[in-house]
Amino acid sequence: MAYSEKVLSHYETPRNVGSLDKESKTVGTGIVGAPECGDVMKLQIQVDEATGKITDAKFKTFGCGSAIASSSLATEWVKGRTIDEALAIKNTEIVQELSLPPVKIHCSVLAEDAIKSAIHDYQEKNGLDHDH
Amino acid sequence: MALKLPIYMDNNATTPMDPRVLEAMLPYFTEKFGNSASRNHQFGWEAEDGVKLARKQVGELIGADPKEIIWTSGSTESNNLAIKGVADMYKDKGRHIITAVHEHKATLDPCKRLAKMGYDITWLEPGADGLITAKQVAEAIRVDTILVTIMWANNELGTINELPEIGKVCKEKGVLLHTDATQAVGKIPVDVNDAGVDLLSASAHKMYGPKGAGFLYVRRRKPRVRLTPIIDGGGHERGMRSGTLNVTGIVGLGKACELCRLEMAEETARLSKMRDRMDQAILSQLEHAVINGDPKRRLPHTTNISFPYVEGESMMMAIKEVAVSSGSACTSASLEPSYVLKALGLGDEIAHSSIRFGLGRFTTDEEVDYTIDKVVTAVKKLLELSPLYEMVLEGIDITTIEWGAH
Ligand SMILES: Cc1ncc(COP(=O)(O)O)c(C=O)c1O
Repeated sequence: MAYSEKVLSHYETPRNVGSLDKESKTVGTGIVGAPECGDVMKLQIQVDEATGKITDAKFKTFGCGSAIASSSLATEWVKGRTIDEALAIKNTEIVQELSLPPVKIHCSVLAEDAIKSAIHDYQEKNGLDHDH
Repeated sequence: MALKLPIYMDNNATTPMDPRVLEAMLPYFTEKFGNSASRNHQFGWEAEDGVKLARKQVGELIGADPKEIIWTSGSTESNNLAIKGVADMYKDKGRHIITAVHEHKATLDPCKRLAKMGYDITWLEPGADGLITAKQVAEAIRVDTILVTIMWANNELGTINELPEIGKVCKEKGVLLHTDATQAVGKIPVDVNDAGVDLLSASAHKMYGPKGAGFLYVRRRKPRVRLTPIIDGGGHERGMRSGTLNVTGIVGLGKACELCRLEMAEETARLSKMRDRMDQAILSQLEHAVINGDPKRRLPHTTNISFPYVEGESMMMAIKEVAVSSGSACTSASLEPSYVLKALGLGDEIAHSSIRFGLGRFTTDEEVDYTIDKVVTAVKKLLELSPLYEMVLEGIDITTIEWGAH
């Protein structure tokens, strides 16, 4: 399968690979997917409590090139956004940005899920409301 | 000499044609173009001579009489003819057939079709080493068993099943044995009499011959095997496979067999040395990497290695200059892990990231070095990216995690 330039760029030099301290109250961790499906994404966010903005994000992904690129892109996009702005990120935007073919749409869905799951974890840790 | 990229490491899928094979074939396209069934002129005789020589060359490679070779389009057709042909011919004797779950699709699917038609199929399961044993076959044989079909060597693993022992069991019990020897013929010694084989399939393109040519060996004596043909027509090939012979393909197949026979010892020594060097280099540098299937009972040129906690497609992408196969050529288009690896009892996270390296006649030491380097670098990078590996390092048993449905 031919990959788009952008997928290749993220795959070859993934942005924000790594881990944040999952025990920290200001960190939200989302782990989505399953090994038997061939995709597991871990996405973490660091939130500044004063501003409510995401100051840092890290990921690790077990998955195909498109899954790696989708999660790498997701970390780039959430950085600097507020929680609500991050929640507004749609998988279709990831599809568009990376020119993912139809068989790879599930990678973008997983990346969106990973963002939501990380935010959910942060909100739960801090007793904040969440509406999903 | 500069390395030419990409590198071909997928010789179990198909092989490049040996230039000597091409040379042998060329006159049959243009000058000696006759129909080998034309009995009354020079053109036909020349073509017939080419086919006759090829029969002899194939026979010599597998220890068969030239008359026992039925030309086909390849192993898929040969397997279909053997399995369906025996099933129909001997249906009054019984309707039980024994095969294995990790056979090639060209065996599985004919068996499944027969199952739909009312035949009873026993699906043997390999051990963790990928092997089917003679004991398993002996225990599965019943009074109504008419055919055992077990491949000689597995296409994904390179593992070599228990032949000639399986043949001996079948002989003792008086049951016909078909073997899909597509991966074995030309690579390791194959002798139909030593192995007690009654029917044997092979394809030319797996042994440096042309695509679209193959054969089915059908035993003529002790016992004389009969088959109901699938393709009816002019009665070619003792009525078992009608149609004007693919003379060029057959000439190429014959030449390919001759070269394999003459060069097997030297080629095996060379390739197994390269393959073992590759195994060792990869395994010693990557702690979690494992060889799939019995490492000893294996084809000399094949290795299948799992890279746990790394996903297969991203792995292929990381080593894109090296043409390999993850799973079998036909399954790597889908996201399903290979059914062959699952049959060994491998977990999904491991079956997802297995690569088959198929070395061949034209593989060089430089190409092996390049491949080792690419693979080690890629796996190290992907482990760095892998959340599963991180969990393992933290001491978490990932098989106990309840993963979300997706
Ligand atoms: C073990 C085995 N059987 C059968 C086949 C089918 O051969 P062909 O495609 O030449 O018909 C192959 C090749 O993929 C094979 O490896």
